[in-house]
Amino acid sequence: MIEIGLGHYLTLGAVIFSIGVIGIFLNRKNIIVILMSIELILLAVNINLVSFSIYLGDLTGQVFTLFILTVAAAEAAIGLAIIVVYYRNAGTIRVEEIDKLKG
Amino acid sequence: MVAHAIFFYIFSIIAVISAIMVTVSKNTVHSVFFLILDFISISCLFIMIGAEFLGMIMLIVYVGAVAVLFLFVVMMLNVAQQKNQWFNSEATSSSHIPVGLIISTIIFFELIIVVGGWKYKPELSDQNTTQISNEISNTHSLGQVLYTDYIHIFQISGMILLIAMIGAIVLTYRRREGVKTQSYLKQISRERSEGIEVLEVQSNKGVKIDD
Repeated sequence: MIEIGLGHYLTLGAVIFSIGVIGIFLNRKNIIVILMSIELILLAVNINLVSFSIYLGDLTGQVFTLFILTVAAAEAAIGLAIIVVYYRNAGTIRVEEIDKLKG
Repeated sequence: MVAHAIFFYIFSIIAVISAIMVTVSKNTVHSVFFLILDFISISCLFIMIGAEFLGMIMLIVYVGAVAVLFLFVVMMLNVAQQKNQWFNSEATSSSHIPVGLIISTIIFFELIIVVGGWKYKPELSDQNTTQISNEISNTHSLGQVLYTDYIHIFQISGMILLIAMIGAIVLTYRRREGVKTQSYLKQISRERSEGIEVLEVQSNKGVKIDD
């Protein structure tokens, strides 16, 4: 318990990843919270990459964490833009009321 | 070592609790604030473990840019007061909730099994190409690798950011009716014949401008 190793960080990453997946499924409010859950999942992936990079002594994990950060920022910007456009057109972003593709 | 353990447990407990609060809190603005708290505690963990550059970048990018972007959108769209309904309402609650719980527990236990059963080859840390050295700082070593070995991926990530910026602008740009704006094409394509008109002014009658 006192000796913090790689397993502790990987467990933390697994916990946050699972919370993100739960957040996607349980969400009954609006799509913005789903986007935030996706950010949580990417954060868990970053934790895994950084802890492997530190404990194995290889710098490549941190480089790839940088690229994941870039992609996450781009994804958040595009997703929020889509949400703004959808709200302008449909007047709601509640999860239950977005069923246009149901036919 | 004890201090490392204490700070690890403090930051990770804060991170897990705020991650739970992101998903269950009723108000979306509170969710955004808990997301900020989550990112801050995780970046503290990164700084503690020895990846200082990534911790600081995480603070700048996530807390400074992405979370503020989320806050702006939440405040623009007037969704903060929508009630969270997945606990009490029977009519609108769908069958997603047990499925989601089952799937995420399965994912969690799979990850735990993978972590627990992981054994490294003893020669694994000798094989890597970019060794972390103790002489130079984290930022220095990242810069040495990032602009040489990974220069193409770095350029591609810059292109991704550019495309994301263009896409966000194109998606949210809207031309409103009835707003007076300057039209350069109209200005530079004006002819003298449509701009002025020469009239013969008769005495005691004046000129009537018809428009």
